Order: sequence, then C-alpha cells, then structure tokens
Amino acid sequence: MLWLLSRALGAAAVLFGLGAMSVWLTHNVETYYYLVLIQCGIAATLAVSLNLINGITGQFSIGHAGFYAVGAYVGAAWTMLWRPIFAKELPWLEIGSLPGDVANLIIALALGSLAAAITGLIVGTPSLRLRGDYLAILTLGFGEVIRVTLLNIDAVGGARGLAGIPTLASTGDLAAFWVFGLLIAVSLLTRNLMQSTRGLTWLAVREDEVASDAMGVDTTRVKVTAFVVGSTFAGASGVLYAHFFTGISQDIFGMDVSIMITTMVVLAGTGSVTGAIIAGFALTAMPEALRFLKDFKEYRMVVFSLALIIMMLTRPQGILGHAEVGFGSFVRLYQRLRLGVRRSAR
Amino acid sequence: MQSFLQQAVFGIQLGSLYALIAIGYTLVYGVLRLINFAHGDVFMVGAFVCYYACTRWLPFRDLSADPAGATTNIALAVVVLIITMAVCALLGVLIERFAYRPLRNGLRIADAHFWGLVAALPVAVRLGPFSHPGVLLAWLVIGVAFGYALRPVVAWIARRSVRATSRLNALITAIGVSFVLEYGGLLVVGADPNFVPTIVPERVYVLPGGVRVGTPQLAILAISLVLMLVLRYIVTYTRRGKAMRAIAHDIEAAKLMGIDTDRVISFTFALGGALAGAGGALVAALTHVKITPLFGLLPGIKAFVAAVLGGPGSIPGAVLGGLLMGLAEAFVAGSKASAFRDAIAFCILIVLLLVRPSGLLGRHVAEKV
Repeated sequence: MLWLLSRALGAAAVLFGLGAMSVWLTHNVETYYYLVLIQCGIAATLAVSLNLINGITGQFSIGHAGFYAVGAYVGAAWTMLWRPIFAKELPWLEIGSLPGDVANLIIALALGSLAAAITGLIVGTPSLRLRGDYLAILTLGFGEVIRVTLLNIDAVGGARGLAGIPTLASTGDLAAFWVFGLLIAVSLLTRNLMQSTRGLTWLAVREDEVASDAMGVDTTRVKVTAFVVGSTFAGASGVLYAHFFTGISQDIFGMDVSIMITTMVVLAGTGSVTGAIIAGFALTAMPEALRFLKDFKEYRMVVFSLALIIMMLTRPQGILGHAEVGFGSFVRLYQRLRLGVRRSAR
Repeated sequence: MQSFLQQAVFGIQLGSLYALIAIGYTLVYGVLRLINFAHGDVFMVGAFVCYYACTRWLPFRDLSADPAGATTNIALAVVVLIITMAVCALLGVLIERFAYRPLRNGLRIADAHFWGLVAALPVAVRLGPFSHPGVLLAWLVIGVAFGYALRPVVAWIARRSVRATSRLNALITAIGVSFVLEYGGLLVVGADPNFVPTIVPERVYVLPGGVRVGTPQLAILAISLVLMLVLRYIVTYTRRGKAMRAIAHDIEAAKLMGIDTDRVISFTFALGGALAGAGGALVAALTHVKITPLFGLLPGIKAFVAAVLGGPGSIPGAVLGGLLMGLAEAFVAGSKASAFRDAIAFCILIVLLLVRPSGLLGRHVAEKV
C-alpha cells in the first residue's frame, strides 16, 4: 500500500511541478522560444513513439507522420466541429474556463489517439506481414494515402486545412504542461513496457524474428501491437500540435516529416528512449538556431541527410545504440575522464 | 468509349515512362537487393539537364519565328537525349561509387575529394550562377581544398571496421542520397518551377473513333520501346549482361568465378541512370510538366511500385508493371475520384504485397535461416 501512496505522491508532485513550470514559462519566456520548446516536446514524443516500432520492435516504419496527422485532424475535428453539437446539451463542454478546456482537451486526446490507433491497426495488420525494405516502402505509401485522404475530406477544410482551432487549456498557459506531461508519460510507458514480459517479446522480435517465432512468440501479433501503441502516441501528440499551434493543413504532415522522425530515431540509436528524446530536441532546435542562414531549410535537409549517410557508414546502430542516458552515465563518463580509462578495444 | 480509349492512350504514355524508370529499380534490386531510393531523383536530374540543354546550352531555333528550323531542332533533340542519358549514367555511377560501395567495402581515402566537391557546392552557389566560368573554377578550387581538409576525417572513418551492414542501413543511406539530391538541387537551381518550351513541332492525329494521339505521345512510346529493346539486348546477349545476371543469381559465386563485381555493379547503375535520364528528358521536353528539384520523388516511388508489381529483379516484369501502373493512374485521373490519382499506386502496392509478394512475374524465393 505504501508504494502506491508514494507513487501517487510522486506523480502529483511531477504534475504540479510541470504545471508550475508551464505557467512560469508562459509568462517569463519570449513566445518564440516558448513555441520552439513546445515543438521540441512534440517532436521528442513522436521520436519516442516511432522508437517503439523501429527501435524496440525492430521494424522499419517511415510513414509515421500519417498517424500524427490522423490524431491532429480528429482532435481538431472534435474541438471545432463536434464539440459545438454536444455542448448544446452538455454545458460543461463550453470552452473558455479551465475545467471546460481540460475536459475538452482530454476528450480530444482520447478521440485522436483512438483514431490513430484504429488507423494503425488497419495499416499494421496487413503490412507487418512483410519485412525490412518492403515494410518501409509500404508504410511510406500508407502515410501518403492517409495524407491524400485527409486532403480530400471537405469537412476538415480539404487543401486549405483547418485554421483557428481554439487554444484549449486556458489560452495556452498550460501548453508546456500537456506537451511535456505527454512526453513523460509516453517515455515511462515505453520504459515500463520494455521491462515487462510483453516488452521482452518485442525485444525478442527485434533480435531475431525467426528464433522468437520458434520460441512460441506470436510475432505478427507482437509487431501489430507495437505498431498500434506507437501510432496511438503519435496521434496524441498530433492532437496537442493542433491545439497549441491552432492551425493544421495536410502539407505539414508530409513525407519529409516522416523522414525527419525516422532520422531522429536512426541518429539517436534505435532502441534508446532517452536517445530519441535528445534527438527530438536537438533536431528541432538546431534548425531554429540556424535560421539566420539564407535557404536554411535546404541546408538543414542537406546536412541531415549527409549526417544520415555518414552515420550509416561509421556507426549503423546510431550514436547511443541501445544504451540509455541517465544520471549514472554522466557519473561513469566523469570517472572515465578522471581516471583516464580508455574504452576497451572493440 | 471514346474517353476510355483516350485515357488508355494517356495511360500508355505514362506507363512507358514509369517502365523506363522501373527498369532502373529492378536492375539494381536484382543485383544488390537494394531499393535505390535516389533513382527518382536521377530522373529529376535528367529533366533538369534536358531543360538546361534546351534553353541554354544548345542553339535551338525558335519555331514560331522560324518554322524551317524544325529539322535542326529534331537533330539537336537527339543530341539532348544523348547528353541527358550520359549525365545521368555518370550520376548513377557516382551515387553507387560514393554512397553504396563504401557500405559494402568501406570508405577509401580518395573519396574525400568527392565529398569535398559536394560540400563546396553550396558555397559556390552563393558566389553566383554556374553559367559563369569563374564560379565553376572557384567551385573546383574550393572543392579540392575541402577534399584535402576532409582527408583526415575520411581516414578516421575508413580505419573503423565496417560492420556487416544490413539491407535497412543501405535503404537509409539511399533515402539520405535522395534527400541530398533533392535539397541540394533546391540550393543550386532554386524552387521556381521551370518549363521546357516546345522544341520540336507537335501535331495531333485524330484516329477513327475520335481518339486523339499526339506526336509527343508516339515519340515517347517509340523511344522507350527502342531503349528497352537495347537494354534487353545488353542484358541477354553481351558478356556484361551475362555477368549482371550471374551477380543477380549469386554475388559470392560470381566473385569466385572471376567477375569484377564492383565494375559490373557500376555498369548496372549506369544503365539504370541512363534509362531514368531518358525518361526525365522525355517528360521534360515532350509533356511540358513543370519541373522542380522535388518533382522526381513521386514518379520515382510510383515506378518503384511498378517494379515491385512486376516482380523485383525481373525486367519484363518492370515493363508490365509500369504499363499497368500508368493505365491505372490514367483511369483514376479520368474518373470522378481524380484526386486520388497519386494514391492509387500505393493501393495497388498494398493489395499486391498482400496477395502475391513476389510480384506478377517474380519468382518466390524461400528465405533461408
């Protein structure tokens, strides 16, 4: 009973800390930096969610932006299109006050992640029977099909997209709270999954699919589960994007976004949760820092793709590989530097 | 019925272009089991080479002012086609040599100079357009200097033992190359769409039944057919082609039989690149689409789908897949659901991979453990 209490207290403390940080950030940090920070958090969540599929289960999906888009569109559709219908009957769904905003955001998150999960199930069930490069191309194709489909739904604006989505969570004071709360929740869930029995089957599929099949692991089921969980997380971060950036159109969920998320996972090290978070922050913040360059978007893409090629040549498992970065690793790094201990020969 | 036939004509035109690109995919896949993701961008480069050759480099006559220049222009158009194919063949060889071969054999120190030239490209673009010889010279000088600066880095990379790389690493590298070409292209030529003007006289024939067929469509069909026949001759009857087939069958055994596999693989990329370049030139000069550095991505992916549809590694399969893909796209584009014309390729791919993963004409190979 005691551990439950301590966990609950810890969670409450984290949530309170996040909320306080969020309010402080809103009032003390320039809007531009604040938005970059939010974007970093969303990118990191996406990277962690794709890491679940590509890193931990060892599949290769490069169409993750599709699920992100589904989440964003469904979440926005709730707030803009469906909520007004329900709000006529249920007054607590009115936005503008804190409880109403929170209730709406939670409903939007639930609907968006559910829709992304269902899409993930529909996409994953047939395609995960394939392996390797075929799977990669198929997911890329599905991502594009999702985007074109959204483009052709007139109710969500078609090619124009949706604009003027109301910023829930009381005018954005709590944006950082939601984004980083989701990031922490997703990371913890991923970590716990990796340590559970179910997560072990995921790792087994990554290490050797045929062997784990022979050991009685239902590999297709495991892969589909990982895919669905990953797309659910992506959908949730899409909902947050839609509500904190107040405008979405299909062109911000294109193939280049999918490739960016994949780059984050590949560069950081497939299978490393902390690596994915760091890469999400670094690869989102770096182009903002390079904004003073002319044509910076092109330079950014060229630099990233060259980095990808060089990484494949030197260290195909990514910077961190399967290792995690924690407090302990800094201690070890310090000791190694102090004692001058060289890494053992490869 | 008439519109059905009209769409079929359009579909065959589109399909023969897809077939040209798909052959490049299937050749490389057959030899290396690698999806050369950058192939669509070789196609894009072909279109740009054609654009520059038609508008800047060669003295084309203005047809509206000088109708008698048609003969000159047709002769020059053949030259353009040859130039484009040569440039794209070279590009294919370069991509193989500097991106995919280091994955197989490790990086060489001399590769530093190539990457130095690539790295100097954005710097040179800042100085001015490439039409100025001084800029070209500056690029070469800076590039060689960069190359010398890069030598220690490359030496460091080369010293590290290359792990046995998986096919996924090769795919990621290919995606990287594709993005380097696309966004590097944006840096070099800018994002404004370009059009190739009409350089050869175009005429439209009306067949009985009211179907209209233009000379560009006939030319595309004829040129693609000729190129495919030449390719078939090379692969079936020459020594090089025999070596290619041997490598596709078993690369290790081919090495043991004394085949210089690296050379043959380079040759394969040259063939694929030349066909993609021809496709790019035909699209740019005869269909007058707007060309941008990013426009190769979608045709590339569709052609890849065509290659998978026919069975990766099978050349007749690639042609069949390309034609089917073109027809499907034309019929979707002519129907009410025309907005989904870009999605139909993926729908076909999804259905196909679920029903017959080895493609229409491919052989199913059981996976060894």
